[in-house]
Amino acid sequence: MSVDDLPPQPQPEPTLYDRITGVGTSVRRALLIPALAVLSALIIGAFIIAVTDIDTLKIWGSDPGEAFRRTMTGIGRAYKALFVGSLGSTKAITETLFSATPSILAGLAVAIGFQAGLFNIGVNGQMLIGGMAGLWVGFSISVPAFIHIPLAIVAAMVAGAIWAGIAGLLKARTGAHEVITTMMLNFVAIFLVDYLLKTSIFQQPGRNDPISKPAEVTAQFPTLLEGYRLHIGFLIALVAVALVWWLMYRTTIGFEFRAVGFNPTGARYAGMSVSWLYVSVLAVSGALAGIAGVNQVLGLEPYRGLSNFAGSVGFDAIALALLGRSQPLGVLFAGLLFGALRAGGREMQGAAGIPIDLVLVLQALIIVMIAAPALVRAIYRIRTSDQEPTTVISTGWGG
Amino acid sequence: MTGLQLTGITKRFPGVLANDEVDLSVSAGEIVALLGENGAGKTTLMNILYGLYSPTSGQVLIDGEERHFTGPGDAIAAGIGMVHQHFMLVPVFTVAENVILGAEPTKSLGRLDHRKARQTVTDISARYRLDVDPDAIVENLPVGIQQRVEIIKVLAREARFLVLDEPTSVLTPAEVESFIEIVKGLKADGKGVVFISHKLGEALEIADRIVIMRRGKTVAEVKPSEVDEERLAELMVGRPVDLEVHKEPAQPGDVVLSVEDLVVLDHRNRRAVDGVTFQVRAGEIVGVAGVQGNGQTELVESITGLRPSLDGTVGILGADVTTLSPRQIHSRNVAHVPENRQESGLVLPFTVTENIILNSYYEPPISKGIQMDWGEAQKRAGRLVKEYDVRTPSPDVLVSTLSGGNQQKVIVAREVDRDVKLLVASQPTRGLDVGSIEYIHARIVEERDQGVAVLIVSSELEEVMALSDRILVMFEGKIVGEFDESATATEIGLAMLGEAGGDPA
Amino acid sequence: MTATTTISAIRLKTRATPEQRRATFIGIVMVLIAGFVARVFGFGVATGEKATFNLSLPGERVQDLSWEVDARLLALIAAAIIAFLGGFVLRRTHLRWTNLALAIGLGLFALAFLTWAAAGKSFSLVGMLRSTVILSVPVTLGALAGLTSERVAVINIAIEGQLLTAAFVGCIVGSAWGIWAGLFGALVAGALLGAVLAVLAIKFRIDQIIAGVVINMFALGLTSFLARRVLAASPDLNSPGRFSSLKIPVLGDIPVLGPMFFDHNILVYAAFLVVLALHFGLFYTRWGLRSRAVGEHPKAADTVGINVNRTRYRNTIYGGIIAGLGGAFLTLTQVSRFEENLTAGIGFIGLAAMIFGRWMPFGALGAGLVFGFARAIQQKLGILGTPIPSEFLSMAPYIVTIIVVAGVVGRSRPPAADGKPYIPE
Repeated sequence: MSVDDLPPQPQPEPTLYDRITGVGTSVRRALLIPALAVLSALIIGAFIIAVTDIDTLKIWGSDPGEAFRRTMTGIGRAYKALFVGSLGSTKAITETLFSATPSILAGLAVAIGFQAGLFNIGVNGQMLIGGMAGLWVGFSISVPAFIHIPLAIVAAMVAGAIWAGIAGLLKARTGAHEVITTMMLNFVAIFLVDYLLKTSIFQQPGRNDPISKPAEVTAQFPTLLEGYRLHIGFLIALVAVALVWWLMYRTTIGFEFRAVGFNPTGARYAGMSVSWLYVSVLAVSGALAGIAGVNQVLGLEPYRGLSNFAGSVGFDAIALALLGRSQPLGVLFAGLLFGALRAGGREMQGAAGIPIDLVLVLQALIIVMIAAPALVRAIYRIRTSDQEPTTVISTGWGG
Repeated sequence: MTGLQLTGITKRFPGVLANDEVDLSVSAGEIVALLGENGAGKTTLMNILYGLYSPTSGQVLIDGEERHFTGPGDAIAAGIGMVHQHFMLVPVFTVAENVILGAEPTKSLGRLDHRKARQTVTDISARYRLDVDPDAIVENLPVGIQQRVEIIKVLAREARFLVLDEPTSVLTPAEVESFIEIVKGLKADGKGVVFISHKLGEALEIADRIVIMRRGKTVAEVKPSEVDEERLAELMVGRPVDLEVHKEPAQPGDVVLSVEDLVVLDHRNRRAVDGVTFQVRAGEIVGVAGVQGNGQTELVESITGLRPSLDGTVGILGADVTTLSPRQIHSRNVAHVPENRQESGLVLPFTVTENIILNSYYEPPISKGIQMDWGEAQKRAGRLVKEYDVRTPSPDVLVSTLSGGNQQKVIVAREVDRDVKLLVASQPTRGLDVGSIEYIHARIVEERDQGVAVLIVSSELEEVMALSDRILVMFEGKIVGEFDESATATEIGLAMLGEAGGDPA
Repeated sequence: MTATTTISAIRLKTRATPEQRRATFIGIVMVLIAGFVARVFGFGVATGEKATFNLSLPGERVQDLSWEVDARLLALIAAAIIAFLGGFVLRRTHLRWTNLALAIGLGLFALAFLTWAAAGKSFSLVGMLRSTVILSVPVTLGALAGLTSERVAVINIAIEGQLLTAAFVGCIVGSAWGIWAGLFGALVAGALLGAVLAVLAIKFRIDQIIAGVVINMFALGLTSFLARRVLAASPDLNSPGRFSSLKIPVLGDIPVLGPMFFDHNILVYAAFLVVLALHFGLFYTRWGLRSRAVGEHPKAADTVGINVNRTRYRNTIYGGIIAGLGGAFLTLTQVSRFEENLTAGIGFIGLAAMIFGRWMPFGALGAGLVFGFARAIQQKLGILGTPIPSEFLSMAPYIVTIIVVAGVVGRSRPPAADGKPYIPE
């Protein structure tokens, strides 16, 4: 049945709760669902910790009381470490912010793509290429820091933009799906970086393994607090959040990005050049990824390029953009959460012996429940009258 | 009680009462026409009959026995067959494969029995003189033949009652003729036929009884001999309707649009527009008639810069615009009301305001350099909503919540509210209610009277004839006839088949 | 004179069709390749230098088969043929043959490359071809897993996660209860993840790409977590043993073809059987007809009484089982132990192979063999000591995929409803 066949649907009346709190259902839902998703993920995580504790499992038959006590202690120790490692001290908090920095930037890269209807799954590759360009600027010239750092960042942005732009160009010219091309460019970037790190341009003299020369001190991101790893990259991420918001909601470019994201055909009929938009969306996305990448070489010890130095930041960013509903502020908060999980996860691995890979599982669970609110709703028996947004990529999250 | 009966059918969607105590019946060997405007609830009723929806209340009776359908499978088993308005054929399958789908004859190991499938198609085809090749790939067949495949599909399942949903809207006048013969053949064979339409003439010609629906209710049941078209239209709309468009004779001025030897390829690289030449002058409405899929879409897309042409030129106000982009052509005072409102005319998840500035967001005063001035945008939206009678609670609601007619008004407002020299409108009133159709038609004539050159493309011959000062007929990518206002529907209809023409331009 | 000018004016005026532009592009690329082959592979080796290809493996019935060839001569002949084909493509008279010409050209390129790399040495060609077949198995199975669900319009980019999880489960179950139990466990694990994908995509209508990403993330996290927490503590759970080779009598003794195709473990044969079964199933049975209808036009299928979502559930689970077979192959044959992120992108290459193979079972097999060939070359070249950095060879499959997806090798046509949830009205 076409939409034409039905008269417009009436907007639901605001409930008493909404009128008292002044909070719309959408805002409440935007906070409620993520909170419940995180909670559920932690509960499932606890279960996973419990059933993989082999030694304790063995005594459930003989001494259930003791087994229960040990299980609870195990879970308690793990989650306590997770909390202490992320929020328990100044060091923990700076570690959280430190870990959140690349995630926020990479999350923004994915979020911009989502809003414009493109799924940039290749943030990792763009981070690598951007990072290498920034690194090259970092060790090959010597200028004062106030020139050196911006120059390295710009180089990273340009390189990241070009790398992502390839996928944009391919989509614009041939219709190749960006999920495939950016994913493949990830692998190409990994091998390219491995190769580059063994060339004389990058490789540390006297070494045979893929490791680069160190960046000049003037190119290393200064820390914000003496003795902690948190550095100016975090401030750059905050600026990026603000700039992305401005770009998406206050400029003609952002209007075009959002229009093409919701309806590329409509955008084309309105005279926008959809091909050009695909290229520019991915270029902007890649530029942000480039900053995230340079952050990973100039923002932490040993200030060198290593094999696959982007780690899994680019993939986590997909989860993060979803969690933040592709809104810049949402990405910031989601990035902080992921930063906390990672900082806490390190502590959990060190102090409680729980492998940090559990964090990946938690992230996957969170994102599933965010993407399928019906799941959370079914678990917690939340009733709503209005329809769920079901598709994610193709429609974005309003705004 | 033999035959099919729907009694007291009510269907409620959230916030909408789509069917309200509807009654409908058809017996063997009878043709019942179900008439109603878009949105009257015909499709909902048929989907209930076919098991796609379950009714909120009411009964479906076959031979006096109540039936409950949980899916199309149940309806098919009960002897109900449906030919949908949008064909339910798998384009990459052969005719035979489409016909057997869901009721496949098989050999051992679940292998398909293709020979039996072919035999079924050939048999039914011969019996009702449908002339369909069982091995043809469906997507390569003309629309008229695809419709016959749908009918074979239904007959192969031994349906006793056939529901035909807007079957003639995609056919040429000649195809309609032979289609009516087929339907009469079905009737003679003892099938009960429900014929859904909004075309009054056909209903009068073919039906034994006519049932009229309005706003979810059955409002009248008449015999064709008792009524005429005017009366039927009045029953459908609920008030007297003036089927004419009132306009003064055109006073054509200078040539605004001139198309020369234009060749355009479609998405499958076929010559959809194959050497077309014509002109549109200021102050005249030129209508392009033709069955859908004869190159009209590609022609319009090429004129507006959306599709590259292979050969030939497009000129606007004397300048060659053949290779210009849509934006550049737009800036030469060309307005375009696209064929598919929701797919290409609007960004549905955007607000009314955002849709209104969709073609002006980049120009002052809406934009100041790279920054947008949302205050100006709202000012413009507020003004246009008022001037063009867009019924919306506020310009800040999502455009998707508006009715089709109001959505179309948003597009028309946006496109013509500036200094327009050429207006290109494709299917400007498709799927709209009568009130909106009248409004849009009046607006188009008003534009003409202000000296705008207007090019209308519509597959509704009545609409082209009512609006146009001059009519071009397109067939297989060529213009095969040119007519003035005095031409009759028969003359134009013949030309639409490519069989005879008026004076080729 | 005048006539010629008019004709060229018309030519200029007529703009080229996309197919013609593509042919021009491919033709130019082929001519460039021909030049490269002549310059590098031809004149890059000394005159008269011979490459020796061994065509038998140790322990075979027929021993010491080999083929000796003049490296420069072969390269120059290959270059000439590629150039000729390129010229043919550039004439744009037979557009339909463009792809065939390109495929032959690339085959000759690969041959010239091998001869160049093996010049002055001896090289076990049959060993490399055998590796090609073995390495193609997980890729092919991944591609088949993908196409089984994509044929009913459920996009499966969770192949990687399915392979990884199945490999893990196969390893643990195999270690605990024997190798056949391990195989069964792997299949069940694949089926379960297939079911998860189906539920997320069909019941909850999550964007299918997101669902796939999540499953991959979950699988990687969980298997790594368990590998560190459980396998590290109990290494006896990480040695499942392996399926040994089963030489097929007579066929296995044919020179070259025998070691390539008829002397493998049972899972390799199973993979070939799956290719055959899927081809037969999709195109000759009721199941296939209905599946394809659901993928192309779900509403049409629904209106003739086919349960669209049930079909989708079923096929997505079948796809998971096929991925499970691929996972079993990874830990129960050659490697026989699990390591973190053991798949390292094989699932994504499988996805690419599915597209490359145009959603056809035999296409998937062919694409799998191409990717297997690229990886086999990469492994063997280390032995030959060519100057090409191994990283570039590692990149090759991914670059090939990009080129394929970009349509240089012809546009693939996915099932029409791919990725779209079906919402009955």
